[in-house]
Amino acid sequence: MERCMALGKELNLEATELRLGLPGIKESEKQPSSTIKSNKRSFPNMDEKSCGSKDSFKASQAQKCNQEIASPAKAQVVGWPPVRSYRKNCFQAKTMEGAEAASGYVKVSLDGAPYLRKIDLKVYKGYPELLKALEDMFKFSVGEYSESEGYNNGSEFVPTYEDKDGDWMLVGDVPWDMFISSCKRLRIMKGSEARGLGCAV
Amino acid sequence: MNYFPDEVLEHVFDFLTSHRDRNAVSLVCSLWYRVERFSRQRVFIGNCYAISPEKLITRFPGLKSLTLKGKPHFADFNLVPYDWGGYVQPWIEALAKSRIGLEELRLKRMVVSDDSLELLSRSFANFKTLVLVSCEGFTTDGLAAIAANCRFLRELDLQENEIDDHSGHWLSCFPDSCTSLTSLNFACLKGEINLASLERLVARSPNLRSLRLNRAVPLETLQKILMRAPLLVDLGTGSYVHDPDSETYNKLKTTILKCKSIRNLSGFLEVAPRCLPAIFPICLNLTSLNLSYAAGIHGSELIKLIRHCAKLQRLWILDCIGDKGLEVVASTCNELQELRVFPSDPFGVGHDAVTENGLVAISIGCPKLHSLLYFCQQMTNAALITVARNCPNFIRFRLCILDPTRPDPVTMKPLDDGFGAIVQSCKLLRRLSLSGLLTDQVFLYIGMYAEQLEMLSVAFAGDSDKGMLYVLNGCKKLRKLEIRDCPFGNMALLSDVGKYETMRSLWMSSCEVTLWGCKTLAKVMPRLNVEIINEHDQMEICAEDGQRVEKMYLYRTLVGPRKDAPEFVWNL
Repeated sequence: MERCMALGKELNLEATELRLGLPGIKESEKQPSSTIKSNKRSFPNMDEKSCGSKDSFKASQAQKCNQEIASPAKAQVVGWPPVRSYRKNCFQAKTMEGAEAASGYVKVSLDGAPYLRKIDLKVYKGYPELLKALEDMFKFSVGEYSESEGYNNGSEFVPTYEDKDGDWMLVGDVPWDMFISSCKRLRIMKGSEARGLGCAV
Repeated sequence: MNYFPDEVLEHVFDFLTSHRDRNAVSLVCSLWYRVERFSRQRVFIGNCYAISPEKLITRFPGLKSLTLKGKPHFADFNLVPYDWGGYVQPWIEALAKSRIGLEELRLKRMVVSDDSLELLSRSFANFKTLVLVSCEGFTTDGLAAIAANCRFLRELDLQENEIDDHSGHWLSCFPDSCTSLTSLNFACLKGEINLASLERLVARSPNLRSLRLNRAVPLETLQKILMRAPLLVDLGTGSYVHDPDSETYNKLKTTILKCKSIRNLSGFLEVAPRCLPAIFPICLNLTSLNLSYAAGIHGSELIKLIRHCAKLQRLWILDCIGDKGLEVVASTCNELQELRVFPSDPFGVGHDAVTENGLVAISIGCPKLHSLLYFCQQMTNAALITVARNCPNFIRFRLCILDPTRPDPVTMKPLDDGFGAIVQSCKLLRRLSLSGLLTDQVFLYIGMYAEQLEMLSVAFAGDSDKGMLYVLNGCKKLRKLEIRDCPFGNMALLSDVGKYETMRSLWMSSCEVTLWGCKTLAKVMPRLNVEIINEHDQMEICAEDGQRVEKMYLYRTLVGPRKDAPEFVWNL
């Protein structure tokens, strides 16, 4: 530790040190920090032999010291936390799904249809517009929405969506803005499965 | 013992199943060596570069079951470049050429190609078991070859591998005559699955006891499969999403009631929490539950589920369970032996993860706990001391504080005393991973008390070479030491060079070791491979000896420098 400080003085690291406060004021107490820097490193005792070129070695150490003092509070460190890449990739995929939904485009499936569609939720101003667009796209109708009974024109189709938690919810219950921020995909349920999820039959 | 015929010796040795026991026995005298080697069927090789396939085959002609590990452990965390090595191909080639009747192959952190799998599938008529953990380099085409050609396949177990998924067909490659499957795990595959093939495969596998599905298998298929395989012991669900008021879900509820043998449950890669009640009836029988990929279950749903699982011995969960959830675990799962709490947001910055309180609660409620992996926001010395007192039986203790140099937030002191209490109390401790603010003191404790320690993982810890010296001098049973971002240098590295021949390997990255130190070690110890990983041209060929080495990996070996090292790996 002493050698580090001596070296620091030699290279006048203090002058370039980043800190809070006016220049010229000495910090009396070193705050313990939760940053990544290893501020307790000391240089190993080394033979003449082992040093090769002392100057370049000192320079690289000093550079490291400098970097450590200036490092940001929560830099992302390679390989930390120690989680297998497989697991990290799985969870990254999950957050990317969320990000995709944040861009507005979500998949829409209709039970029984051969392929899915994608729509941009951000284009619509509210539920009536969205439902109309879905009805046009898939050629079906859902009827009127009511809080107590869901969709009730006797249609066998019910619009549902998957939210951030992975739950399947009835379209229309929550405020529009909450809906578009939490909707990951849409599914227009049909038939017996639609019963119970808000289709008064 | 010299008066016994060889057959008697062999019969006695049959009772020795652990490879360590058999290794010890083979050292007694040349007679025992000879008898042991001809009768050995299972071989474990912890470092594939420590020995060559040819030497293996020569010594153990009766080999049936081989376990190989390739890359160093820190490769799991992206610290080892992509084509570092660890190829299984030369092993399979050599075994295929020989007369070895290989039946089982278990690989961890190795590079496996489709060609390797194809060769494997064609070379051993009696091949039964393939287990791949954390491997890469192959696609579902390789799996198709295994399915098609291994006529007596019993186990195909893929755990957390990066597999290029060409989708669909490999499952259909199991011939109709294949009825021997006992274990099938393809949870890590990302692509689509031919569901009809899967159902037919299960239908013709009466001995199937372990089945782990991937995300592409929907709940409807799960229900049909469980109808055909009510004797399953180990189940991993795929996508567990449905409308809880549907007929399919009701059928599932009834079907699951028949599955009284399920003891391990995992999966829920996608989940609709309202469908969880279907599994409550089997929860009471569970001894192992892995929800560490079930990000969709949290809060009260998760707790409700846990409350049903009173007999759990092993639990893997995400930290979104929170301290409160861990209190529920502590009060419900009194038989718990192994707990792993993974971060649900590996890059996260302070969401509701777990803290020392959760761990203390666990230690009170689960006195049988012996294996722990715990990712947390923070830890205190007081908590660790309490845990050490409540759970003296730890064999594996791995603590990972998400901010790796965080001190005790209450006292602002390093966590030396906390970990010191752990090693002092847990006399059987074999594996330890440290984190948090730590000085040389913690290593003094480890060297003094951790007499059974075999594997130690250190990051961002210590003040000086003394730290590493305490460990090297004190831990007589140390086999694997991996260190990153610590101020340990040449002095520590070179203090006891003979030690490394008693160990499997040493990894040091971002430490103070220089090229001179590594070269010196390599010169003095010819039976070690001292490898420098030189990424991004950090070092020129004519690098000065005083330059710090970014990554060093050394290991004992009987076969000298490896010939498959890529350009950026230098063997000194």
